[in-house]
Amino acid sequence: MTAAATATGPSAPDRRFHTIVTTVENKPGVLARVASLFARRGFNIESLAVAPTADERFSRITFTVDVASSSLEQVVKQLDKLINVVEISELSPAESVERELMLVTVAVDAAGGRRHGLLELIDDFRAYVLDENQSQMMLSLAARPARLDEFEERLRAFGIVQLQRTGRVALPSLGS
Amino acid sequence: MDMNGGQALVKALECEGTEVVFGLPGGAILPVYDPIIESPVRHILVRHEQGAGHMAEGYAHATGRPGVVMITSGPGATNVVTALCDAYMDSVPLVCITGQVPYAAIGTDAFQECDTTGITMAVTKHNFLVTEAQDIPRIIHEAFHIATTGRPGPVLVDIPKDIVDPRNPRSAMTWYEPTDDIMELPGYRPATAGDPELVRAAAELICAAERPVIYAGGGILKARAAAELQTLAELIDVPVVTTLMARGCFPDSHELCLGMPGMHGNYTAVTAMQGSDLLIALGARFDDRVTGRLDGFAPDAKVVHVDIDAAELGKVRTPDVAVRGDCKLVIAELVEALRACGGAAAQPDRAAWRSQISGWQERYPLVYEQSEPGELLKPQYVLEVLRDSTPDDTIVTSGVGQHQMWASQYWRFDHPYTWINSGGLGTMGFSVPAAIGAKVGMPDRMVWAVDGDGCFQMTAQELVTASMERIPIKVALFNNAYLGMVRQWQEMFYEERYSEVYLSYEIPDYVKWAEAMGCVALRVESPEEVAPAIAKANEIDDRPVVLEFRSSAGENVYPMVPAGQSNSDIVVDPSQR
Repeated sequence: MTAAATATGPSAPDRRFHTIVTTVENKPGVLARVASLFARRGFNIESLAVAPTADERFSRITFTVDVASSSLEQVVKQLDKLINVVEISELSPAESVERELMLVTVAVDAAGGRRHGLLELIDDFRAYVLDENQSQMMLSLAARPARLDEFEERLRAFGIVQLQRTGRVALPSLGS
Repeated sequence: MDMNGGQALVKALECEGTEVVFGLPGGAILPVYDPIIESPVRHILVRHEQGAGHMAEGYAHATGRPGVVMITSGPGATNVVTALCDAYMDSVPLVCITGQVPYAAIGTDAFQECDTTGITMAVTKHNFLVTEAQDIPRIIHEAFHIATTGRPGPVLVDIPKDIVDPRNPRSAMTWYEPTDDIMELPGYRPATAGDPELVRAAAELICAAERPVIYAGGGILKARAAAELQTLAELIDVPVVTTLMARGCFPDSHELCLGMPGMHGNYTAVTAMQGSDLLIALGARFDDRVTGRLDGFAPDAKVVHVDIDAAELGKVRTPDVAVRGDCKLVIAELVEALRACGGAAAQPDRAAWRSQISGWQERYPLVYEQSEPGELLKPQYVLEVLRDSTPDDTIVTSGVGQHQMWASQYWRFDHPYTWINSGGLGTMGFSVPAAIGAKVGMPDRMVWAVDGDGCFQMTAQELVTASMERIPIKVALFNNAYLGMVRQWQEMFYEERYSEVYLSYEIPDYVKWAEAMGCVALRVESPEEVAPAIAKANEIDDRPVVLEFRSSAGENVYPMVPAGQSNSDIVVDPSQR
């Protein structure tokens, strides 16, 4: 089970957002079981990332949801009841490291007048140029979700042709 | 030992101790029905798959063993969805085997294909799509394990035809014993005993309570904890209410029993909970039909909540002490903790509370007016006669509606596992098939299905199953010509504007219909005919019996807490107002 979906919009640094990390059995249909628990209550999944862990029997699903804490507690308990869910935890931003990847294609005018400004921006954000032609440039950036929001905002001036974010992944901080 | 997947499936069911399967064959499950012929497992051929599901539920309720259903793909699977949801809501252990189109055809809109695991995901505790014949013994064992442990529930196993069809090489497998150590369920850890610290905290709350009530739910029966409950109640001398799902878990004849709480609970049970300062909720889930309007429910009560399912703790009412665990074990721990802090002697003087309760009991008993000569029967009267003319351990099943509430109110349940009904989902038509399942599981016990005319018309065809299989259940059919509960709500809350609730007394002719299905049938219209008809029914033990009781249409169930109102606004019988 490997899948990734983007956020429906840029993720705001809102306290109501919760990042839930679940370790699940790497089997068909598990993502549907997890997602349907949220759908049943009308909760929107803001971002979602799924991939196998180091142990291939298990996958990790990281998702961000926009719900009140009391409702979240109930959903977490119900998630825990799913037979295929092995472990579940909520990661607070203060105690975790979050990253997300963005691929974005940006318009570049043929005369090249704005190319310079774009290259400066790429440099500032430590983004990469993955592909380019006369009129467009494809960039990638892996960073904190808020940093991606900022990059996206700055790129708007150049004209975003296509944009895809992976949804955030997170691990607990190592502590001191 | 080499065998095919179909043989392995039947053998796996045998290994799980399956004595009976309720089912109906069809294309995709055909290969499994062939080895069934040689198997010692009894198969009961139903007339509709929903009936198979409710029979398996009745069997599981009555015996405590998982009910097993076997049906085909597509419409077979969709027909059982209601029963699966019913079992899910009422925590009934079921294992449902569904045929599926061959693995390679899945997703092609093949004949009789549906996404069974997708459809049933939300109404099962878990479901499996088996892709290899070799996995069959393991997955069947896992299915039974999941269905019967922790909070019980239905588990569905979807089996593509090719892996059970001996003509297909994909069905080849090597048999192995399905034992616990082959299970692969890393995410499944059912709760057992409670945390001793929390149990001690619960005991302390109990020792401090002046007006406690034990709120016993269906979890007591699932945990087989009736004896432990009685020990606890007697030790601390605290009254017990038994919810619709828990009727019989504590004897109605016991002086501490207050009976059923909730929307149609008796006045004392409802009011004692409202006035209590501590609710000891054991295997109960604060269902809306019990609590009434939530912000008005038991306003002064602290709550001790014991449940095997962590998701129930704090779901509806925030508990002061929440103990996750199996009721049987936790209650035993609680009894120990209470004894350690002084037992009965350490309990406060609750004489005032007791006398308040007995005052309510005297003032607000269940009442109804007997019918005048020439009027149709009062269902409450019939139920009292039926109760008094049947053995103490008679198993009673019920459909959903007025007759269900009257049966729960007027029966005297003195034994656990004698009351079987559809509580959570409220499935009309539950009664007859559930009674058949209960009788199959408990052939030496008398089984009466209490049913309404609306309910009966939904699943009556299973009486054909009962006749053909010689399962002698008895049906008390209350024909009041209406969808009675809906009629009652329209009378009370829709200004007597009756919309689509009239069914008719005469059509269908229930006696002819029952006779056509191989039953003995009698119509009963006056009070003096009631006892003789029941006596006659009780003598018949070789075929099903249907007694049609022509009942008064205008009768309402009281007491009643109107939907959305507080339990303090309980409406008693007009004669008590």
